[in-house]
Amino acid sequence: MHAAPAKRTIPGTPVFDGEAARKGYALNAMCFSFNDAQNRAAFLADEDAYCTKFGLTAEQRAAVKARNVLAMIAAGGNVYYLAKLAGIFGLNVQDIGAQQTGMSVPAFKQMLLDQAKGL
Amino acid sequence: MAQMIGGIFTSHVPAIGAAIAKGLQQDPYWKPFFDGFIPVHKWLAAQRPDVAIMFYNDHGLNFFLDKLPTFAVGAAAKYQNADEGWGLPLFRPCQGDTDLSWHIIETLVAHEFDITTCQDLLIDHALSIPLELAWPDHTGDFPVRIVPIAINTVQHPLPSPKRALALGRAVHAAVQSWASDAKVVVFGTGGLSHQLDGERAGHMNPDYDRFCMDNLAADPDALTLHSSLDIVDLAGSQGIEILNWIAARGAMGDGVHEISRNYHIPISNTAAATMLLQTDAVRLLAQA
Repeated sequence: MHAAPAKRTIPGTPVFDGEAARKGYALNAMCFSFNDAQNRAAFLADEDAYCTKFGLTAEQRAAVKARNVLAMIAAGGNVYYLAKLAGIFGLNVQDIGAQQTGMSVPAFKQMLLDQAKGL
Repeated sequence: MAQMIGGIFTSHVPAIGAAIAKGLQQDPYWKPFFDGFIPVHKWLAAQRPDVAIMFYNDHGLNFFLDKLPTFAVGAAAKYQNADEGWGLPLFRPCQGDTDLSWHIIETLVAHEFDITTCQDLLIDHALSIPLELAWPDHTGDFPVRIVPIAINTVQHPLPSPKRALALGRAVHAAVQSWASDAKVVVFGTGGLSHQLDGERAGHMNPDYDRFCMDNLAADPDALTLHSSLDIVDLAGSQGIEILNWIAARGAMGDGVHEISRNYHIPISNTAAATMLLQTDAVRLLAQA
């Protein structure tokens, strides 16, 4: 028999586990709905009403309102679903990378390029 | 009997799909990545596989957290791409091979893999982009039938690399016992190292990626010495998509050698890679 392993922390790296999946269900469900263009339009037309419809927690609503990706992740968001929300705001993965690392977008892009050094 | 002839391993970064739609293959940013497919195109033109078994991970198009299988096998006659929510172009549909799908399903369950079967499955960019990269001629349908096999890389606990390799090896057994004269190629999509989320966003690890590429053909068991969380630590939270490569390598069986590889940093936030492996069946077929 194997016991469930102890929780492992990887610095700066969210591990989307059962705890996060339970906590983030409403937020992720809302983001999943954005596969449909009509739902994206409905969110843009009335963000508060759309968040209410999906039963977001106060923490999740505040994170969405602030467009704060780290706060969304702390509230149980998973990046695969959050990417659909970011897309509505016109943010790509360099934009959200810059936001999460506290860098400017050009600095974040340069950091990506710099990793090719020494190849 | 069916013949497993080779494996195509490639990153599936969404931005690649946008670059294809815009025709940016010769653009200085993109050319170093797209050029990695030149040997793949030559090989496909010579070998002309009939069927592609494709290991990938869904990014919230077909599967949500309400019902999330660890391993899911497609068994549809046709697979459609659909709107993923953030503006990617729609990719071409692809024919399925339901005979092989059900033979794989039966063989996997006989090997004690408790899989989910999907007679209706939307394919996302993780499957469509590798198809578009391999067969870029947009004037017709893809010249292969596919069997998609989705691996959960979204919600932990994820399957272990060891289990992914064993899954692939059971798929190999299915191909070996499939009463068909089809030539089969396998795809492993995603990776290599990258991380989109958290304060460590932008993380890549060329040393770990090289370790994976160096061992993929000759010693895939070397990739199972790390746990899935070890790989998240090494390769980033989305670098775990290497599980798709590990399973695909397992599906090739033994007697595998490398034909080509390409590795380029960065494509979007990703250390992008393409590898082409071939099985000894190709030499034996040529001699027959």
